[in-house]
Amino acid sequence: MPMKIGERSFESRVNKGLDDSYMRETVREAQGRLHTNKAKAEEDLGQWEEWRTLSEEIRSHTLENLDFYLEQLSENVVKNGGHVFFAQTAEEANEYVKEVAAKKEANKIIKSKSMVTEEISMNDALERAGCEVIESDLGEYILQIDDHDPPSHIVAPALHKNKEQIRETFERLKGYDKTSKPEELTQFAREQLRQEFLEADIGITGCNFAVAESGSVALVTNEGNARLATTIPKTQISVMGMERIVPTWEELDVLVSMLCRSAVGQKLTSYVTGLSGPREEGDLDGPEEFHLVIVDNGRSNILGTAFQSALHCIRCAACINVCPIYRHVGGHSYGSIYPGPIGAVLSPLLEGYEDHKDLPYASSLCAACTDACPVKIPLHELLIEHRKVIAEKEKKTSIGERYAMKGFGLAASSPGLFQMAAKTAPYMLSPFSKDGFIEKGPGPLSGWTDVRSFPAPEKERFRDWFKNRKKEDS
Amino acid sequence: MKVSLFITCLGDVFYPGVGKDMVELLERHGCEIDFPENQTCCGQPAYNSGYHKDTKKAAKHMINTFEHANAVVTPSGSCAAMLKEYPQLLEDEPKWKEKAEALAEKTYELTQFLYRVLHVTNTGAFLEAKATYHTSCHMTRLLGEKEAPFQLLSNVKGLQLKDLPNKQNCCGFGGTFAVKMTSISEQMVDEKVNHVEETEADILIGADSGCLMNIGGRMNRKNKPIKVMHIAQVLNSREA
Repeated sequence: MPMKIGERSFESRVNKGLDDSYMRETVREAQGRLHTNKAKAEEDLGQWEEWRTLSEEIRSHTLENLDFYLEQLSENVVKNGGHVFFAQTAEEANEYVKEVAAKKEANKIIKSKSMVTEEISMNDALERAGCEVIESDLGEYILQIDDHDPPSHIVAPALHKNKEQIRETFERLKGYDKTSKPEELTQFAREQLRQEFLEADIGITGCNFAVAESGSVALVTNEGNARLATTIPKTQISVMGMERIVPTWEELDVLVSMLCRSAVGQKLTSYVTGLSGPREEGDLDGPEEFHLVIVDNGRSNILGTAFQSALHCIRCAACINVCPIYRHVGGHSYGSIYPGPIGAVLSPLLEGYEDHKDLPYASSLCAACTDACPVKIPLHELLIEHRKVIAEKEKKTSIGERYAMKGFGLAASSPGLFQMAAKTAPYMLSPFSKDGFIEKGPGPLSGWTDVRSFPAPEKERFRDWFKNRKKEDS
Repeated sequence: MKVSLFITCLGDVFYPGVGKDMVELLERHGCEIDFPENQTCCGQPAYNSGYHKDTKKAAKHMINTFEHANAVVTPSGSCAAMLKEYPQLLEDEPKWKEKAEALAEKTYELTQFLYRVLHVTNTGAFLEAKATYHTSCHMTRLLGEKEAPFQLLSNVKGLQLKDLPNKQNCCGFGGTFAVKMTSISEQMVDEKVNHVEETEADILIGADSGCLMNIGGRMNRKNKPIKVMHIAQVLNSREA
């Protein structure tokens, strides 16, 4: 299972997250910083809501006409002298990349950051085929040398580590002997990576957006590593989720702006790169060969369903950066390389409920995610939609809960029954009440009272008070 | 103006005082209160748990119960938002959908009704205290009401309102979330309680009894001497 991280249960992952005070502190700090930066970037741009609406329209138009744009993209990539491969599954994508590597007799592969290659475990497949794969994004590099620690955030993969932990990792595994100053740590990583870039036979990148009208791949980075990975090695392979496409450069302009502002609060990242196929005659640099791998891996099944808008995602992580659940449990608790609200929506869609059935419930439905999304994915509604599938279609909820909800539906539609329940509540709960509060509740209430006091019901319900008052008046 | 009151489950059984203050408040501003006896629950517990067939039963019953009303007013941003969800819930049943839209259109949360329909900014309330206000998620994000409570609270005589740090973060209630994901919910409510304490407020005010029950319940458990008040109680406070 490529997206899934580890075999621990959801509960044990959450408990581990809650116990990790270092991680929780870095996440809290990052959320605070990113919240401020994004708010400022929204204000600077002005008319944020209108930009969101436009972005949603672009994404939804593209998804509605995905077959057309994929064909256009593919034709134009070929026209530019590149190769296109449609991979229906993770295995097909990995097989293709391995074949290219074999044909090129590649030993060393340098990568820039890509979530879709994490999704399909491409590194693992290439390593098993005997290639050396090096991550060149700083965050990914840190995780890779730390025994392939999985990413905990889709934009800042090493968010769960603080600088002291990174210093320790560099020292233990790479002989680093300087301080935990970010500048020094970064300088060290750059020195380590520079040689790797020069030696790499293949450069693999993700794809923030592919532009259909010109057959181009747009990459957004702050480190410039994607530029090195696509200029030095003789072969370039870009891997994209099949939905990461825009019709023209005009829409790219809008979405890149929304992506950078939403992800890190920047107008634009330091590098925004547009690449259209292999080196042409007269070009000073660029690869001799270019391959675009378009990955389906379950995405087609989402098209045309109530979940289609999940494919609008531009992977900015704005939903993760505002999520109060993520804030406390961290990315690894989700057990998927896609964490946070979008991860809780996507993981069960791409990989099934079996391994991700708890994720739709890991939300208080506060809708902060929905509010933050630059392309207006109704994330909290999609989480409810998952719960609906689990409860009503898969019937995977407990029998007790199903009966309780049936009873609820019955009572809420028959006032007599409902009032009887409300009337008896004070009597049922009176043995547990003390000074207006219940300290230790029975049955399902214990989940509440383990943490909080529960109010004891009042002797006189509102409706009785109202009735008596009316009587007195007349 | 005749106003139909939707008291909510929590309001009926656990916090009848909120309803009493609400009745007095609305009457003072010229409303005649109607209380349809057949009202039950908005259906949110079942809806959020994914049991939409069972929710539809509740929704249809509520639609019928309030069909006669001019305006439906409720002391909860969350329950008001749920009533406004009915058209989408009943999308496949055109006749019901139409009725649901009519209900959604005339439904208001209390402060929203006071501020936007009755155009009240000052309820004439007096409360000598230092307080902070918890902006509940469903009220601000689903209902979109970010202004009314602050407008009304700013004119309460004697009330000193402190800004609640990280007020955008959920308190950890989330209905069944609080009992299903107890350990996460606990951390969320603890952070909220810490922020409330940082304001040095004597009173925590909110417009949703669910959140107040959660934060208040945690503060009670931790013996924090901070009082919890629903905004209806604050707006109906009078000089002794």
